[in-house]
Amino acid sequence: MASYRLFRRFANWVEGEEVYPIPEIEKNGSSVREHPITEDMARVRSSDEGVGTLLRRWMDSPQGVAAFRRVYTVTAALLCAAIVTLLLVTVSYLPRFGAPDNPANNEVPRRYIEQGLSETGAINVVAGMILDYRAFDTLGESNVLFAATVAVLILLRDDGEGKKKKRAIPELKQEPERERPDPILRASAAVVGPFALLYGVYVILNGHLSAGGGFSGGAILGAALMLLSAAFGQEKLERVFTARRCKALTFLALMCYALLKSWSFYTGANHLPSGIPLGTPGSILSGGLILPLNICVGLVVGCTMYSFYACFRSGGMRDGT
Amino acid sequence: MGPNLLANYYETAAMLIFGIGFTALFLSRNMIKKVIGFNLMDTGMFLFLAAKGYVEGRSAPILTDGVRSATAYINPVPAGLVLTGIVVSVSVTAFLLALTVRLYLKYRTLNLDEMLQRSRRNEAES
Amino acid sequence: MTAVQNYPFALIMLFLASGVICFVLSGRIAKWYCLVLCGVGTVMMAMTLRYVLAAGESYVYLMGHFPSPWGNELRIGPFEALMAALFCAIALFSIMGGMEHILEDCEERKVNLYFASFCLLMSSMLALIFTNDLFTAYVFIEINTITACALVMLNYRNGGALIATTRYLIMSLLGSGLFLIAVILLYDLTGHLLMEPLGAAVETLRMTGGYLFPLTVIVGLLSVGLGIKSAIFPFHTWLPDAHANATSASSALLSGLVLKAYVILLIKLIYRVMSMESHAVSFAADMLFVFGVLAMIIGSVLAMGEQDLKRMLAYSSVAQVGYIYAGIGLGTTAGMIAAGTQIVTHAITKPMLFCAAGGFMGVSGGSRRISDLRGAAWRDPLSGVAFFVGALSMIGIPLFGGFATKLQLTLASIALPGWKAWLSIAAIVLSTVLNAIYYLKTTAALYSKDGTSPYDELRVTYRTLYRALYVIAILAFIILNIWQGIGSGTFTGIIREGLSLLG
Repeated sequence: MASYRLFRRFANWVEGEEVYPIPEIEKNGSSVREHPITEDMARVRSSDEGVGTLLRRWMDSPQGVAAFRRVYTVTAALLCAAIVTLLLVTVSYLPRFGAPDNPANNEVPRRYIEQGLSETGAINVVAGMILDYRAFDTLGESNVLFAATVAVLILLRDDGEGKKKKRAIPELKQEPERERPDPILRASAAVVGPFALLYGVYVILNGHLSAGGGFSGGAILGAALMLLSAAFGQEKLERVFTARRCKALTFLALMCYALLKSWSFYTGANHLPSGIPLGTPGSILSGGLILPLNICVGLVVGCTMYSFYACFRSGGMRDGT
Repeated sequence: MGPNLLANYYETAAMLIFGIGFTALFLSRNMIKKVIGFNLMDTGMFLFLAAKGYVEGRSAPILTDGVRSATAYINPVPAGLVLTGIVVSVSVTAFLLALTVRLYLKYRTLNLDEMLQRSRRNEAES
Repeated sequence: MTAVQNYPFALIMLFLASGVICFVLSGRIAKWYCLVLCGVGTVMMAMTLRYVLAAGESYVYLMGHFPSPWGNELRIGPFEALMAALFCAIALFSIMGGMEHILEDCEERKVNLYFASFCLLMSSMLALIFTNDLFTAYVFIEINTITACALVMLNYRNGGALIATTRYLIMSLLGSGLFLIAVILLYDLTGHLLMEPLGAAVETLRMTGGYLFPLTVIVGLLSVGLGIKSAIFPFHTWLPDAHANATSASSALLSGLVLKAYVILLIKLIYRVMSMESHAVSFAADMLFVFGVLAMIIGSVLAMGEQDLKRMLAYSSVAQVGYIYAGIGLGTTAGMIAAGTQIVTHAITKPMLFCAAGGFMGVSGGSRRISDLRGAAWRDPLSGVAFFVGALSMIGIPLFGGFATKLQLTLASIALPGWKAWLSIAAIVLSTVLNAIYYLKTTAALYSKDGTSPYDELRVTYRTLYRALYVIAILAFIILNIWQGIGSGTFTGIIREGLSLLG
């Protein structure tokens, strides 16, 4: 008899009968009310349900959630403590901090420093390294930024569903331009803004000569744009710096970057001369591809930073009207 | 336990920061705290990397006064890696925050557990 | 250097640039552009594969003018070329099979962003397959993470997808954090980031016995970091939601390709940095083996309890990834070959199942519940056939792909003395039985004729262009599957040769 019941249950399950009733929900959605289970029903149900479904029912109940959370927290905390301890013990075995004979100070940085100037033309060894010796990493890196832009646009860009005024995300709607914007912010932005832009350009153009480069300069450019936008209003800034232009800039810069680097990868792998002059070390027009690459990177970073800001502020940039 | 735990004090601190961030990212139920945890975790790693590049008594790897000997400058490789790491961290932070905005608009909470419960409830309703 | 040798590099750059191009194209053009691109990619990779097989050796491709310890490199051998060709083909068929649903699920003006993400994802996976540099791998892992999440959250208006994306992203970030720490530690101990000099330096360290403890930790961190991202058993919790809530093309891509890219990277690391000899006796191998075996069983058990078709398939992915890790964990070349075979098998089967699931949902009002899908196979016969073939393959019936894996894994286990052999064979048998139960049960439900489904009157039409694409994709998947089942020697032979050239 028992084996028959077992078989029936198995057969029922194979038939695909629902054994997991959905708890009834109160319409206002504030609390989950369980089915009133009479003893009879409970008996029937317990014979119908597998262990897995019972477990899931329990895990969906408030007590279950709390218990599960407690177990999870304790386990996770132990795991984290274990990882930190492990890493600390590992650190204690590592080579000593700042010692000149550490394994990392081998022939790799030696060539970067000693021959970097003659091979890449860059005074800034780091710029030479990331844009020439290990350029593929950096190409990937700017595409990480681009991938994040795409992801943020998917999430936050507000296409208005065809109607100009109606916003899909009303919360992100820009508050109406105030009649009298903050005078302090405006006055200081009017002074600082242009200088910040100029400084960004300077940092980008001098990337191969001094500390800085496309990434830091681009971040400064982006920050300057954000400042101007906050002080004078997004609408005003985006009359000049429209969504279309921002997109075009990003596109052109990334394509330029990919093409220039493809050329240098292709010639490198096929042992062809790249034919790019390195110029006089120390002058602005030197360093082979590093200067144009820095400009591309700077433009991408600047546009990306600003479009992040615009997305979070008001669901994306607008096309000029 | 090895001999260098205190000598490597930069690395030790970096690993502690990493651990704090890791724990926050893993355990905290609040999305914003998770984002902060993620940033701490990355900062720990950058500190670790920056410490790895340092060599006592040497200067930053920008050639000055025509000195081109490798014994005058610190290791440039970790600096490049930190740069890459920072860009990755910025990108992911933007993505996480955008997700948080969307989640908040949908569920009106920042708590991941609450969100899960509300989404289950919505699913059961439909 | 002949022109063919440039193809892997060219394809990576092409996909990277295409991500940017799709960003400015309109969605209408972008989708065709991507299909053409995947087709071209498949042909290019097939030519590369033919070249390396004919040459009988792998080669290094300099990314720039500087050789090994200074510059970035790609490395192309039969194993990598086979995987790349397979990835392009599967991506092509997955997109074809899920095109209709992409356009339904996605806001109209964001379709181009979907394809931009897709191109970047492909580029990052190809870079992960070919790269010879650990830090490049890290950068492309991050691209992979972001774009894979973007593909999941595409239909964020449908509720669950947002939370699923968040959990997926957070777990992925933990994984890549651990991976990055491991890479940095490795750099600190050896001063190298490229695999060749790294492998040599690690070998020297092992000889001299220096830094033994940090090395062990590094191996563990690398395995766990990549394991989290490929959903190895105790870290699989993000997978079912992410794969179930995505649109069917994304589910197919994520389960078929994204999980595998990390495993392939791990295999390359084991061969080129850790060396096979030390992997065979390492603690990490035992750990991966145990996790793999547990995943094979627990994944199947969890799949049995599912009432949601796509979640069931996702749990089945957990089990199938377990096969890969069990193979890797055996620590022998035969085990690695079994793992490689399983990568191929799962990559050609699971996307087909997800596409078929999309087909069933299309004739069942978009519901994923198996109770709503009863009889769906009659409403959409082609999807029914595809699901049936996929189910047979996952169970491991001879003549279908899954059998090749199980055969290879059994052979690899038998050849091994000790506890692993018994455990592995027991797990294969048990998991096969469990697979058979839930896949056959689901197939029976899909083919049931009791008319209890509210959508019984719906019928699929094959009049639209997208349906034609779907038919082509499904037929291609079925052919690939039977090819893997009958002529399993083809892929396995290439994998064997590729792995021997990796080491």
